[in-house]
Amino acid sequence: MWPAKMASPAASGEPKPAGQTAPKLSATDLNFYYGSFQALHGISMRIYENHVTACIGPSGCGKSTFLRTLNRMNESVRNTRAEGQIVLDGQDIHTLEVSEVRRRVGMVFQRSNPFPKSIFDNVAYGLRINGSFDRSALGDAVEHSLRRAALWDEVKDKLNQSAYGLSGGQQQRLCIARALAVNPEVLLLDEPCSALDPMATTKIEDLIFQLKSSCTIVIVTHNMQQAARVADFTGFFLLGRLIEFNETPVIFKTPAKKETEDYVTGRFG
Amino acid sequence: MRHFVEELEQLKTKLLEMGSLVEASIQRSILAVTQKDRNSAEEVFRNEARVNSIELEIDDFAINLLALHQPMAADLRLIVAALKINTDLERMGDLSVSIAERALSLMEGPVIKPMIDIPHIAGLVQSMVRKALDAFVMRDADLARSVLASDDAVDSLRTACYHELISFMEQDPSNIQQALNLLIVTRNLERIADHSTNVAEDVLFLVKGVDVRHHAESRA
Repeated sequence: MWPAKMASPAASGEPKPAGQTAPKLSATDLNFYYGSFQALHGISMRIYENHVTACIGPSGCGKSTFLRTLNRMNESVRNTRAEGQIVLDGQDIHTLEVSEVRRRVGMVFQRSNPFPKSIFDNVAYGLRINGSFDRSALGDAVEHSLRRAALWDEVKDKLNQSAYGLSGGQQQRLCIARALAVNPEVLLLDEPCSALDPMATTKIEDLIFQLKSSCTIVIVTHNMQQAARVADFTGFFLLGRLIEFNETPVIFKTPAKKETEDYVTGRFG
Repeated sequence: MRHFVEELEQLKTKLLEMGSLVEASIQRSILAVTQKDRNSAEEVFRNEARVNSIELEIDDFAINLLALHQPMAADLRLIVAALKINTDLERMGDLSVSIAERALSLMEGPVIKPMIDIPHIAGLVQSMVRKALDAFVMRDADLARSVLASDDAVDSLRTACYHELISFMEQDPSNIQQALNLLIVTRNLERIADHSTNVAEDVLFLVKGVDVRHHAESRA
């Protein structure tokens, strides 16, 4: 597909999609500490609606830590502390109920983690804990979520079977369906394809492409080609700092920073 | 990774071999015209097969690098630039063959005017080719930009030459054959200058990551 028009970075001073002024989600001067260790140093990043933003960088660079701060998932880790601001649609997420933040900003992890339940109950889980018990409505919502996750045709005849019977790629799409069931506005994907074969990876990438029309996506990936394929914007992290953030083609064709150049060309270190 | 870097070096070396051959062909074709040197023309014809063969080798090698290593950033720009420069060099080789053919034809007829303008244009064109290739080797953006600035001078000289040759043909129709040969030579020299401009633009893309073709820089 021919790329969507971006506003000129030179004109606006920062990369952003044409026609969007306010970001869906933004981090400003974000610091994060595991005990006395500072894992993130003054991260500022704007994430735009209906676009895919990728975070890349070597292991330990802070990209997954950053992702987990976006829905306050890091708060479940003991002895951690965040400073700075994360704003979702104009509201600081630390002023919202954590359950609301996690409903609006869903997450899918590196390893698929279906619950030891049926396929149906996995997808219905989030709806039930949000108070939805009507069987017919649940059925419709489960089907809708499985269709959005491009899994419906493969599982529609075995909804009551254990989710553990699915392949790795199907389990990961089930986890995406489970996250989609509560209609999140933002979906965080932490290395969603690292345990998948190339065909399952392609399905997830196609899914990401389809989902961005209804959802804002942030993906952490070690796979630079994957970032290049799926993301509209890419941020390069190193040692807890956001070194460079720009439209994805700029990062992979003409990065401005030497550190980015060294990383994407494999000359790092 | 070291293996990939070595392969990129091989690509550059091969492209420079191609550049040297094409430069030699251009120089020989000009000598054939200005010195009426049949041997130089024949050397250009002999070179052509080698130029064509290296063009295929470079394309194949570069496409393999793209497919197998999925290069990014400066590496990606180098391979894309190499593919484009390769095509431009091969076209310059073809144009020098055409000049050499005209040189043989010119040797068969009378001299209709002293060789003043053509050596002048040829000198400028050879300098542009040399600078474009040096800019590639040294990754020198300033040198590449100086090639772009030279193109207008070649175009002006070629236009002046064109009008002079037309007037020769109008004065005496028996001049038409020789004047046409000279017109084709100047036209081919001007085309070589255009291709060296393309090479310089590719060097700017390689070094600076900017696209200056069709004044794209001023549109951005």
